Amino acid sequence: MVIWSAVIEALDSLSANKMRSFLTILGIVIGVAAVIAMVSIGRGAENTITGSIQGIGTNLLFVFRGDLNDEVRNPKPVTLGDAQAISDPFAAPSVAAVAPVLEGRVEVTYGGELTSSSLSGVTPDYQTVQNIELTEGSFINEEHMIGRAAVVVIGPDTAEKLFGRREGITGETVRIESQPFRVIGVTKSRGGSAFGSQDDLLLAPMTTAQTRLLRRATRDRIDLLLVQAVDAASVPQASEEVAQILRSRHQTEIGKDDFTIFTQQEFLDIASTITNVLTIFLGGIAAISLLVGGIGIMNIMLVSVTERTREIGLRKAVGAHKRDILIQFLAESSVLSLIGGVIGIALGWFIAFAVGRIAAANDAPINPTIGIDVILIATLFSTAVGLFFGLYPANRAASLQPVEALRYE
Amino acid sequence: MDDFVIRAENLTKVYKMGEIEVHALRGVNVQVARGEIVSIMGPSGSGKSTLMNIIGCLDRPSSGEYILDGAHVSLLNDDQLATIRNRKVGFVFQSFNLLPRATALVNVELPLRYSGKGNGRREKALSALEAVGLADRVTHRPNELSGGQQQRVAIARALVNEPAIIMADEPTGNLDSKSGKEIMDLLLRLNSEMGTTVIIVTHANDIADQTQRIIRLRDGLVEE
Repeated sequence: MVIWSAVIEALDSLSANKMRSFLTILGIVIGVAAVIAMVSIGRGAENTITGSIQGIGTNLLFVFRGDLNDEVRNPKPVTLGDAQAISDPFAAPSVAAVAPVLEGRVEVTYGGELTSSSLSGVTPDYQTVQNIELTEGSFINEEHMIGRAAVVVIGPDTAEKLFGRREGITGETVRIESQPFRVIGVTKSRGGSAFGSQDDLLLAPMTTAQTRLLRRATRDRIDLLLVQAVDAASVPQASEEVAQILRSRHQTEIGKDDFTIFTQQEFLDIASTITNVLTIFLGGIAAISLLVGGIGIMNIMLVSVTERTREIGLRKAVGAHKRDILIQFLAESSVLSLIGGVIGIALGWFIAFAVGRIAAANDAPINPTIGIDVILIATLFSTAVGLFFGLYPANRAASLQPVEALRYE
Repeated sequence: MDDFVIRAENLTKVYKMGEIEVHALRGVNVQVARGEIVSIMGPSGSGKSTLMNIIGCLDRPSSGEYILDGAHVSLLNDDQLATIRNRKVGFVFQSFNLLPRATALVNVELPLRYSGKGNGRREKALSALEAVGLADRVTHRPNELSGGQQQRVAIARALVNEPAIIMADEPTGNLDSKSGKEIMDLLLRLNSEMGTTVIIVTHANDIADQTQRIIRLRDGLVEE
């Protein structure tokens, strides 16, 4: 009841200086809006990135040469032989499929159009492992592998660049590194991703790539091995089996693997860590503007205390306790920051929404997520700012001696 | 029961202005009987304001004993003094000191708000305004009232908690002679009709002459 009447009185006295109150509130509005917008955009980005990683398939393992810290000298390359050994169901029962990959950048031409694109030499299993869908045509099959066929599956963005369209491309011939390749299929669009575009790609049979496009020092050497575990739960088991096979084949010393196995979960963890740091960083910068808004409140409250010295003296003369004056001024600063907080939440929400729309229009889908927790924290934080920065001026008002306050001109 | 509402013995007040000590009061004895109307006079620098602040419980004496309506005031802390002011003292200032944005009614209610009594605030404030003859100006704000009317609102505010004393500091100082006379008549009437003890601080002889007794101060002492 005391608080309620204090709030009413605070509103009344703030409305006496409308412009001043508005400008003070504006500081808090900008601060809170910035925090809300930044944190929700950061979270949206996190969801987009982790979502696109999950889109690749959660039971995937990535195997490549060398260790992460470069501590092992002369690591043996991962080879097709390794891939075959891992695909042995008796040696690795948790492994469902293995897809060796060769990767490189190549120049592609069609008519007068020239573009550079990444090309992967793959086996038919790549389609199941990477969960690739086609909008037209068919994927690379065993016959293409055996015959080292000059065929290619292309992504929709690559098609757009070369042909200016996304369908009706099967059967066309493009030149890759000046060699003619027949297009046999077009992949379905997967949108942007953390690993660059998954829509700008060329897929050729592994055997063709080895001999004609991406030559390596030894014939059976490959760049990346995609291993699919039978299900998500058996990913650690599969990882262990793959490691055992590679250790014995590469004859590595104990504790010094010359290869690295990455799981989807690790990618997810790393991506979340990065985006979390980003979110905290953005939110932290935004919080500085909230702090500045708080200092604005303190400033205006100090002015208000000085202006109303006589009023404070009078209130004390008619019997106001120190606490009464303290509550009166704290109510004013809290009301300022609370109003600012509420408007700020709305504005932050709007900004996040607008940024999401702009991002979507630019093919980078970010769905800003505004959690109840963020709103609660922002409200509490802005009220706390009001209380904290109001405390000093309010205390100064409450400590005034009535005799001196009444004499103040 | 004590016949004296104010009983002050050997009050002294020393201000420290840097290195220099200023003796504003040097042992003042004052007694005011219940229902009396007295004035305090003296030239500037005589300690008149200091005595008024101590009697009004706005300040504490450096030494000496002060008993207001049975309460030993010299020993109280700030908040206890505030409670005493709220219950036992009504102030009327030279410059009115009304809250500018509040109506006459809200201004008069102000002491009641700090006395913690929730019920009947409005009725008490209304009857106080009626007692000063402003029943028709209840919802007016100070800037819609004349100086004399503003001072009457201030007197209503002083009356509203039924205090033991009303402390008026130059109550007619900011008013023209006609309004001044009205205010003085009002204070005299409150004293005679309601038996309120009134203490008026003034340097105008014609005001002081209307009271029952004049306490003259000179150089921090009461002139006998």
